[in-house]
Amino acid sequence: MNIHTIADHLNSLADNSDTGMNFDCQPISGEVDVLQITLLGREELPIFLSVTDDQILCISYLWGTDEVKTECINTMHESMLEMNIPMPLSSFSKIGDKYVVFGALSINSTFEDIEHELAVLSNNAIEVIDDMSDYLR
Amino acid sequence: MSIFKKIMTAIRGGASEAGEAIIDANATRIFEQEIRDAENHLTKAKRDLTGVMAEQMSANREVTRLQREVSEHEGYVGQALEKGDETLALAIAEKISTLENDLAAQEQALNSFTGNADRLKELVKKSERQVTEHKRQLSMVKTTESVQKATSAITDNFSSSNSKLLSAKDSLERIKAKQQKFDDKMKAAEILESENADSSLTAQLKAAGIGSQENSANSVLDRIKAKQK
Repeated sequence: MNIHTIADHLNSLADNSDTGMNFDCQPISGEVDVLQITLLGREELPIFLSVTDDQILCISYLWGTDEVKTECINTMHESMLEMNIPMPLSSFSKIGDKYVVFGALSINSTFEDIEHELAVLSNNAIEVIDDMSDYLR
Repeated sequence: MSIFKKIMTAIRGGASEAGEAIIDANATRIFEQEIRDAENHLTKAKRDLTGVMAEQMSANREVTRLQREVSEHEGYVGQALEKGDETLALAIAEKISTLENDLAAQEQALNSFTGNADRLKELVKKSERQVTEHKRQLSMVKTTESVQKATSAITDNFSSSNSKLLSAKDSLERIKAKQQKFDDKMKAAEILESENADSSLTAQLKAAGIGSQENSANSVLDRIKAKQK
């Protein structure tokens, strides 16, 4: 499983995905290959997928530390921790100064698992921003 | 220091700058070599264990054999005494004493083999746990590195394509607006559909002569005739 086989699969789905989502994949070259996946109608919140030795990582960037209202940061962190378990399949993390929501899959996952993961992750990202928007500028 | 702490310190310490490796590649390579070494030791320990266990089994067989012989010869002594042959009884008793010495030596050997086998088994189990743990730690380091490299690739891509990252709220608003537009379109399509269905039904009714009919000259004439009566 590498980002190219995943990209080929997702692109070939077109309108026939199990999740009703329409995926568009764009490989980004670098020291580590990354796949930028945009979902139709949600172009502002792309998902970045990378493959390591034992897992497939799907990451969606939420907001930067500079977007958080200073007085709300602790409450926001607590809300995020509390939401971490109820949120299906995804977890919160922070990369540099950006909060992210991510899902990690086994390298042996099926295409269906990956597609499901991406759809759930995208839904989670939108919902989280909506729920946390009170804490954001 | 636990690997979690190392990673956290490295991230907090600013190693998260794009391009800068979290734990230097050399250290990772050394760690990988250590894991390979540990795995080799483990294979050797398992081989040693098989050898010791084989010796343990053979010592065990020997002990059983000697015990059987001792009890057999004790029987012979009894028989010789019954026949009043003291000399023979003494000779057999001497044999028994030699057998018992052998037995004691074999039992000691068996004990030591059993002890060795147990220790080796414990060692193998411990090493296996350690290798698994090291592999997990290595995977954490590698994943952290990979995420960092991926992040720098993503950041480079964004800055090179000149596309500005929107704030989370703006992104959400745009996505919601698109969703709303899509929903509106669907609704409009539904309304149109139902209107079309309505008008086609009216046409069908008219064709069948059911419901209100259009005024025709004949119907007007009929109405006036009726009034004149």
